[in-house]
Amino acid sequence: MPEPALELDGLEVRYGTVAAVRDVALRVDKGEIVGLIGPNGAGKSTTLHAIMGVVPASAGEIRLHGRSLRKRSSESIAQAGVALVPEGRRIFYEFTVEENLRLGLAARRGSGKGDPLERAYELFPMLREFRRRHAGHLSGGQQQQLAIGRALVAEPDVLLLDEPSLGLAPLAVDSVFEALRGIRERGVTILLVEQRALHTVALADRTHVLVGGELRLTLSPADARDPDKIVAAYLA
Amino acid sequence: MLLATLDFQTLSDAVGLGAIYALMAVGIGLVFGVLRLVNFAYGQLVMAGAYTLAFTSTWPLWASIAACFVVVVALSLAMETVVFRPLRGQSPAVMLVTTFAVAFLLQAIALIIDLRDDTLGEVAASLTSLNEPVSIFGGEVRKITLVSIAVAAGALLLLALLLTRTTIGLHTRAAAGDFRTARLLGVRANRVIAFSVFLSGLLAAAVAVMMTVQLPLVTPDFALRDTIVVLVGVVVGGIDRLWTATLGGFTLGFASGLINGLLPTDKTVYLPSAVFALVILVLLLRPAGLFAWGGRTAPERV
Repeated sequence: MPEPALELDGLEVRYGTVAAVRDVALRVDKGEIVGLIGPNGAGKSTTLHAIMGVVPASAGEIRLHGRSLRKRSSESIAQAGVALVPEGRRIFYEFTVEENLRLGLAARRGSGKGDPLERAYELFPMLREFRRRHAGHLSGGQQQQLAIGRALVAEPDVLLLDEPSLGLAPLAVDSVFEALRGIRERGVTILLVEQRALHTVALADRTHVLVGGELRLTLSPADARDPDKIVAAYLA
Repeated sequence: MLLATLDFQTLSDAVGLGAIYALMAVGIGLVFGVLRLVNFAYGQLVMAGAYTLAFTSTWPLWASIAACFVVVVALSLAMETVVFRPLRGQSPAVMLVTTFAVAFLLQAIALIIDLRDDTLGEVAASLTSLNEPVSIFGGEVRKITLVSIAVAAGALLLLALLLTRTTIGLHTRAAAGDFRTARLLGVRANRVIAFSVFLSGLLAAAVAVMMTVQLPLVTPDFALRDTIVVLVGVVVGGIDRLWTATLGGFTLGFASGLINGLLPTDKTVYLPSAVFALVILVLLLRPAGLFAWGGRTAPERV
């Protein structure tokens, strides 16, 4: 019996009178990657923001290991074991690479042995090499690695990523998806929001298509060989 | 002759005033960083410290200074919890106007307390001996000038170490840069805000101790004019960075001290006009701030 790490149940988020997300239900089991794709404005980022407590859920339930996350502050959700790699990376340009990583430790529970930044360095050796550099001097792909590394040093149970491939060159996109495979192997549960549908469907255990704030369809990795089905889901 | 000669004493007084204003600028800048709130009531924290020194002037000096620090830090933290916290997330205009209200309220309370003996003003004279001059580099310098410079340099150095070498300092800098992202990473909002407000209170208390040396008569508008000048200095220097705000505060203090020394005694009423004329010039020529070089963030690269 798979163990659910993150569950959304009847989630609704409203901006004034407009419902940006309606009756969204999904679950991410321990060790899984679940994709969430859909056109711009479909409510993908809003869903992640609701999970992190950035925007309030007007209805429904968000559970981590069976415990509700609703009405909790962003920092307490981060400390409960959910880490977000935000859209646009949101790294601190004026800080060094190492300082950016150390910020990620704010949500770390307990203190393990050894260098806590090792988790990030092991996955992205570039970060160790450039640890004294200002983050603003890194390339876009390197900044994305830093943003993911910063989330990982908190040793989260669930990692949320908001369009990590946005604005990256094709090679950098491939390395982001490669890194996600590596992260899954380390036992981290992942909810991935993306625009790159084919990449996502091929990588994830399941991919949900969100259109107009509602879940339309669920795709399996086998559907990656059938781009027409994905296009049809977007247009439906 | 309009200008008296520029002597060593004038120059050192100007540096001393600049040092005190720099500390006030840091106190205002720290809170602005995490709350995006320009605390107009900062001068009233200094005023409360000055009154504490006056009312405890019969106590041993160390106890009187300790009382000043306790009162000012407690008032600073209370201001945050009672007034600023419920207003978090409101527009900057609402918060600024609220700090005006707090400033007037504290002045009114001070007036009530002060007038219990039917005379306006209390004397805080425990440290006036620091006004005596000492000879240094062949010139005369008042002791308080040396103390101000040493305290300011020490406090700024400690603050820099605290912000760059400690975890809470890192969290505070992150919160000042991008509060929402900092919270998403698990930085505790209330903790970094309390930390900044605490430090800002410590600085206000230090300023109160040094200001009463030169102005032992404490009235409800104590430090009010200085606060306005420092706020202007903070904006002129560039409020979104701590070090530019600090330099701005120092610059206006130094300029005020210098112009004050250069103007003949009967012309010192023109001091604010001269200072603010300079400010207008700076804002016309460098609207982003006197010390703002380049952009705040590096360009986003792909």
